[in-house]
Amino acid sequence: MLPREYLLRRRVWAGIGLAVIVALASGASWLTDFDLARALRAFPEAAGWAVANFVPDAAAWRRLPKILDKLNETILMAVASSTVAALFALVFAIAGARTTAVHPWAGLVSRGVATVFRNIDVSAWALILLFSFGQSAYTGYLALFFVTFGFLVRVMIETIDEVSTDSVEALRATGAAYTAIISQSVIPACLPRMLSWLLFMIETNIRSATLVGILTGTGIGFQFDLYYKSFNYPAASLLVLVVVLAVLAIEVSSNAIRRAVL
Amino acid sequence: MTTLPPRPFSGVRWLVRTTLAVLALLTIVAFATFDSRSVDVGKATAEFLAGFQRLLLEPRLENVTFVELLEQLAITVALGALTTLIGAAVAFVAALGVARNLAPRWLSLVINSVTALVRAVPTVLWVLLFAVSAGLGSVAAVIGMSFHSAGYLIKAYAESFEEIERGTLEALEASGATWWQIVAQAVVPSSVTALLSWTFVRFEINFSTAIAMGAAAGAGGIGFDMFMASGFYLDLRELGAFTYAVLAFAIALEWFATRTTARIHRPG
Repeated sequence: MLPREYLLRRRVWAGIGLAVIVALASGASWLTDFDLARALRAFPEAAGWAVANFVPDAAAWRRLPKILDKLNETILMAVASSTVAALFALVFAIAGARTTAVHPWAGLVSRGVATVFRNIDVSAWALILLFSFGQSAYTGYLALFFVTFGFLVRVMIETIDEVSTDSVEALRATGAAYTAIISQSVIPACLPRMLSWLLFMIETNIRSATLVGILTGTGIGFQFDLYYKSFNYPAASLLVLVVVLAVLAIEVSSNAIRRAVL
Repeated sequence: MTTLPPRPFSGVRWLVRTTLAVLALLTIVAFATFDSRSVDVGKATAEFLAGFQRLLLEPRLENVTFVELLEQLAITVALGALTTLIGAAVAFVAALGVARNLAPRWLSLVINSVTALVRAVPTVLWVLLFAVSAGLGSVAAVIGMSFHSAGYLIKAYAESFEEIERGTLEALEASGATWWQIVAQAVVPSSVTALLSWTFVRFEINFSTAIAMGAAAGAGGIGFDMFMASGFYLDLRELGAFTYAVLAFAIALEWFATRTTARIHRPG
């Protein structure tokens, strides 16, 4: 192909790509009633408002113990639901991974269950669970648990099939028992990677727990909603600051652990 | 039977075990200090199972028509698409400043720090913060959701850019190409597949975020309908119909994504 022809063809493709993007963007803007000009104006407005109103004052600092208490509750919720979900996911992943499957159908069932659980959004789970568990901590725990379980089954299956296939075949050939293969080879070999995914999910779930808290009336999300709806912006700003610090601290430590174990 | 010598100390094994022990301890503390608000777990679980069965087996629409449901689903999809496009546009520029083979070290450090800060604020809080001045609605929702969308894509795009061989860039530089020429003629063409895959993966995430923002932050779309069916009409069967719509779309997206993005690694 001549260079000029090549360049022309590339330009045509770039033009088509751009046209598709513009069409998509304007179609979506029309559907959602979104106005880019208004959005761009909103930036300086929001910044000006935040500098003037979204700053902790003396009264807000007095609420710090309450905020920390709620933060604690939310972090514990994220950790506990993710950890318990990881335990369940491990069992389902071992039953479902091609390498360790107890039966070909077990893989199908465990993948199918996990697909449904992770593809119903955490907010939708919360809305479903609200019917029976009401505005209690159970609703949040279970909503996070379901989605985390669904996600972890998928990545744990991938981990087992990637890491353990060869060693499991070798051990099978030596006549090792199934339980021995799982406990002595599969789990030790996959544990660092699985732990890394668990830490990733805990990070994600602290953010999700804030959202779920708004829907279910628990934890730091609910506390933010209370301050926000009563126009107590100084307290809300302190709360956001505390959340940012907590998320950053957890992210830094979990990244350090992940780097060390992988 | 001979006894094996003790295994040598492994730092990794120690760290894994300690982390797991800490997580287990925190889980125990969490359940010990649990705010149950006098919910009868047995009764609630039975109720949930019965309810979930009705939701799955007897879905039907009551307060909206089927066409309205599709409209609301389309709005949610459009919200997801808009935030993905905005995130992608911002991320493309920012990632050029992050990629180690294209940008000076200080610049990538600055952009990475800002991104980390932005991502530390949960999406729902971004949306609500912008809603104070812009009002609840699509403008606040799209701006608020675009922050995490951009932050995620900056990291993904920068990693894709970094996969380009240094030799290629050096050769172009030596032949006198400007930085912009290198970007337009070498960097973009060789990473365009990876960029598209990552953008699609993010669209998947943004779709579910759009549901959540409809439910919790007045962004409209099917999330808001689910919120109304749950909290206002107390209609499990209608919630079931919405759940099916959302589930079908999400599974279709996931299926498409795993088929097209099997070669790129997800974050983690």
